[in-house]
Amino acid sequence: MINSGDTAWLLSATALVLFMTLPGLALFYGGLVRSRNVLSVLMQCFAIAAVVSIVWVLVGYSLAFGDGGSAQAWIGGLGKALLAGITADSVTGTVPESVFSMFQLTFAIITPALVVGAFAERMRFAAMLVFSTLWLLVVYLPVAHWVWGGGWLAQMKFLDFAGGSVVHINAGVAALVAALVIGNRRGFPSQAMTPHNLPATVTGAGMLWVGWFGFNAGSALAANGPAGMAMLATHTAAAAGCVAWMAQEWLRFGKPSVLGIVTGMVAGLGTITPASGYVGPGGALVIGLLAGTVCFWATQFIKRRLAIDDSLDVFPVHGVGGMMGTVLTGVFGAAALGGIGHPDGRSIAAQVGVQIIGTVATVVWSGGMTWLLLKATALVCELRVTAEEENEGLDLVLHEERGYNITS
Amino acid sequence: MKLITAIIKPFRLDDVRNALSEVGVNGMTVTEVKGFGRQRGHTELYRGAEYVVDFLPKSKVEVAVSDDLVERVIEAITAAARTGKVGDGKIFVTDLHQSLRIRTGETGDSAL
Repeated sequence: MINSGDTAWLLSATALVLFMTLPGLALFYGGLVRSRNVLSVLMQCFAIAAVVSIVWVLVGYSLAFGDGGSAQAWIGGLGKALLAGITADSVTGTVPESVFSMFQLTFAIITPALVVGAFAERMRFAAMLVFSTLWLLVVYLPVAHWVWGGGWLAQMKFLDFAGGSVVHINAGVAALVAALVIGNRRGFPSQAMTPHNLPATVTGAGMLWVGWFGFNAGSALAANGPAGMAMLATHTAAAAGCVAWMAQEWLRFGKPSVLGIVTGMVAGLGTITPASGYVGPGGALVIGLLAGTVCFWATQFIKRRLAIDDSLDVFPVHGVGGMMGTVLTGVFGAAALGGIGHPDGRSIAAQVGVQIIGTVATVVWSGGMTWLLLKATALVCELRVTAEEENEGLDLVLHEERGYNITS
Repeated sequence: MKLITAIIKPFRLDDVRNALSEVGVNGMTVTEVKGFGRQRGHTELYRGAEYVVDFLPKSKVEVAVSDDLVERVIEAITAAARTGKVGDGKIFVTDLHQSLRIRTGETGDSAL
């Protein structure tokens, strides 16, 4: 039975989550790169949105959420390819299936879009398209099926409310692998490659904060109490992430930065994502503070200590945050710590064990498959632009366009 | 005729423009440039790494004047641009061989 309140909320949440990618993430990332590459980032986000949407309609929704028959533990079937059989009257839970499919699509869009932060300013557009499409099919869809589509993790009652594993661990680990395979930008880390437009980044960050209410509260798939609690937890974690990161920077570098505060926000939001529907505000506060702290140190470690050019810090924020949040869901979801209580009355230790299994499985699958897919993509096209092209900038070289024509 | 090039701190630009007007110079070309002499740059922090930025923003003012105005123009610019702190800038005077007003074709001092 269709519930109009649930449907109205999910329709709105879908719009909010697409808004997170277009233009939220696009602006966030766009402002962080040098001006000669701003269009390449915007292009990547838009192209991924368009291509993923088409693949979703063709096979994506079916493979993620369809019935896989004997393979149901691992992947859905093709029974709903081309959204066959889905009409305006089809229902998923209490909402039209079209709305459910659309909502899930927006998650499928943002996940590969997050990965572009790892190879910003040096990956070829064609290679990025091929890789992202393959990645969606081989990495995203199976994991989404495992966790939300009735696959083996769902059967184990692995808890991931809105995508700690499906989105953040997946994207974060893929980003790290991509940064390692494609290699650092020329001049990294000695040459300054500072953001060219932080106002754009902060604008994007604002859109992400607001949009995340759709991401997490929307994942309740209903306009009800749990959705409200998820919104509260999400917001609390975002705020705590901001404060924690800002405090770290202030203590360590002497000055808090605007890039730091918005990154802390993203860390808090990414980390609370798997836990958002299961924990209380107290748990969310702790999770957010931990996110802002741990992800800060992770960023320093990856960027400064290991000198890996995950250019826009996707792994330390989304990867590490996602892993931490997924495991902490097993802790703060417990009724004793203000959560809604674990499935089957499981103890914290038991649920954490399941959370760890899901985390490790996602890390291994995403890491291994991302490596393979990059190697496969490299067989058909060059992954990286030449050194000269990298100096000139992707906007002119790959798109024959200039981001800003201020003098004319 | 001389071409006077003054590199000054950008926030003194309005004062320099007014001072030039007072000595009878009402045309000039201004460019935004960057550079340094003895003034030290600043540091910017990005994800925990400090980068030294040597170049400082400056304004370059170019005026073409007849020889009899040169001393007064130099004094006017200097007085208007000086703050007393390092980084006030420099003035260069170069010979101007020719000048022409495009609209009318006038040359020499009457083109200035």
